[in-house]
Amino acid sequence: MYSQKKLIVSHAPFIHEGSRVPNRNYHIILAALPAVLMGFYHFGLPAVGVVALSVSSAMLWELLANVLRKKEKHTIGDGNAAIIGLLFAMLLPATIPWWFIIVGTFFAVMVGQQAFGGIGHNPFNPVVFAALVLFVSYRNYFDFNVALVNYDFEFAAIYPLTALKTYGVSGVEGFSTMDLLMGNQTGGIGATFGLGIILGGIYLIIRGFIRWEISLSFLAGIFITAAIFNFANPDQYAGPMFHLVTGYTLLGAFFLATEDSSSPVNFNSMLIYGAVGGFMTILIRNIGAYADGVLFAIVLINLLAPIFEKIRPKALGKVD
Amino acid sequence: MIKKSFIGLVKPRIDYTILTDPDPALIDIPQPGRVTLLLEGNGNGELKKGDLLKTGQLISTAKDIFAISPVTGTVENISGWAGDFGQGYTAVSIDVAKDEEFDEQFSEVVKNISLENAVKYFSNLPGKPSFKKFKDPELDIHTIVVNGMDEDIWMTANQYVVQSRVKAIKSGMEALSKITGVNSIVLVVPESQAAAAAAAGVDVKVVSSQYPSAQPKMILKDLFGKVVPAGRNPENIGYCFMSAEAVASISDAVSTGKAPTKKVLTLINKDGGMIIVTAKIGTPVSDVFKACDINVEEKDRVVYGGPFTGSAIYSMEHPILPDTNALLVQDRENIPLVSDYPCVNCGECVRICPAIIQVHSLARLLEAGQYEEAADNYDLNSCIECGLCSFVCVSKIPIFQYIRLAKYELDRIRLAEAEYV
Repeated sequence: MYSQKKLIVSHAPFIHEGSRVPNRNYHIILAALPAVLMGFYHFGLPAVGVVALSVSSAMLWELLANVLRKKEKHTIGDGNAAIIGLLFAMLLPATIPWWFIIVGTFFAVMVGQQAFGGIGHNPFNPVVFAALVLFVSYRNYFDFNVALVNYDFEFAAIYPLTALKTYGVSGVEGFSTMDLLMGNQTGGIGATFGLGIILGGIYLIIRGFIRWEISLSFLAGIFITAAIFNFANPDQYAGPMFHLVTGYTLLGAFFLATEDSSSPVNFNSMLIYGAVGGFMTILIRNIGAYADGVLFAIVLINLLAPIFEKIRPKALGKVD
Repeated sequence: MIKKSFIGLVKPRIDYTILTDPDPALIDIPQPGRVTLLLEGNGNGELKKGDLLKTGQLISTAKDIFAISPVTGTVENISGWAGDFGQGYTAVSIDVAKDEEFDEQFSEVVKNISLENAVKYFSNLPGKPSFKKFKDPELDIHTIVVNGMDEDIWMTANQYVVQSRVKAIKSGMEALSKITGVNSIVLVVPESQAAAAAAAGVDVKVVSSQYPSAQPKMILKDLFGKVVPAGRNPENIGYCFMSAEAVASISDAVSTGKAPTKKVLTLINKDGGMIIVTAKIGTPVSDVFKACDINVEEKDRVVYGGPFTGSAIYSMEHPILPDTNALLVQDRENIPLVSDYPCVNCGECVRICPAIIQVHSLARLLEAGQYEEAADNYDLNSCIECGLCSFVCVSKIPIFQYIRLAKYELDRIRLAEAEYV
């Protein structure tokens, strides 16, 4: 009896489809690359430096968190910190000082995520959370017109959303939607190349790594709200297409609002979540004090996500 | 092994294995030297070591616990056995004698069998037909659903019985109706067998081949338009499920007067190859593997039942049970393990759940041991136990295990409270 072979005993199910969290994360990084590479092309070596420092410092913060929390298995290899670092860098102007990045990734990884218990536990998208903390604290560093003043672009070197805020629709008449979509605008390192972001987003949607419900309803929310404003007063409020391809809109729709942990999972909840995000973005852009409202809107919908999640379908055989 | 498709946008569709071969290869496992019966509860009853048993002879180890001996032989040992959750079983080992003798009492009783005797004599026939539910005064069973589909993927034992013995099923259904007094008996089969079954003159309903459509609660929902209230069983709304093999066994017992003792099961090899085997109830697993030339190494996994809902065994001496429909052998290289990675809220489980449960919330409560909250507000009791949530979980959280454990713990609490009052 005791010489018998020892078998592995575990609970059902005995098969798994093989998806893993690191796999998800690396695909998201891959999908973000086209936009980042365009950022490198436009903003040169300083942009490379920002991205490299951001990714590496985010990973080091996560390593520190692992050590402090006495984790047996370190999680920096799962790609989560790398995504945080990459997406954070994509929001920044290429000339941002080094300490800003270190502080930003600290807020993203340590405060935004690890303080809540690590991956899966963060109530806010850590990247958006950190970017907002710094935006509110050091607003001047996010002024793309000042930050990129020494660059010599082939296109109008004015941040489209600031131009809109300052001069109204007449200030942005020079921008064509196609130009903006192809990345011929100033802005964050990875936020300008709209086409690349869309392609990456579509790839992620097809692979099932992000949900189309959120991305699409976010964009629809922006489009419809902007269209209503534009319809009401075309001289003061820019058209919906302009809003879709400027600022952090596309990055927000495909990479920020879709973050798993801070977004709902039910079909209706996702649609409402995205639509409210888009609606708030335009509200802030058009009648708020800030040029871009994507970050604020996303933090707001992150905050509301648990409430949206209460809208849930009835379970099988539920009696009430 | 089933893998996630490249296009992950749509939720994965998992299909049952449908028996297409009209004459599949069958391996008959030779009579083993010793068989073991597992009976619920602890105790010996009147049974002693050294008792002689004939094939079909009724034994009882405790009040209301009955079985018939599948072989002729001598009781060699009676010992305790622990189930998956630690429930007590009694293992009765019987040394098989050379010459088989059939018990006269069995043939006498089944000639005109009453419900009372069906509970006793049919309780461990192949397919495990249970008649206890018909005796329960609180249940009003008006329909018997004979499931000609297997409950899990990669299994074809029940389909094989429907394909090869549809006449026996028909006469079994008639016998069943006579015993229980239930007139409405429906056979549920996959599309491929519907025509043949209907031609035999039985009531047929066709079930989809998408897992988990053949689970009792899904059959009721899809084919009968009835939803079983959360936490209740099909019996509570008047439907009783029986496997096709069980009905065929009843037919055999009634028509021949001899107890059927051979269990049909699907053997799923390490490489995914499936063969249908028949074996005496009580045959040790090691004998089955020996006869089929399957080599089980240390740290491999042997599962009773299918890949989604089966249970892993820890000993090669484990006997074939009357309801063992499949044996799955997994190579140690191919065993996906669970992890302690936290839930990342991707929502795959919520989207695939056939019971529309908020699995991501449920899993978090169960992880924290909040079983009552989970049952009250997060639909723990709606779960139909298909295992799909754990199958798709990116973090490889053992959600299904949490759910089963929670249900078991809640039952225990409820029992303890009932006793205390």
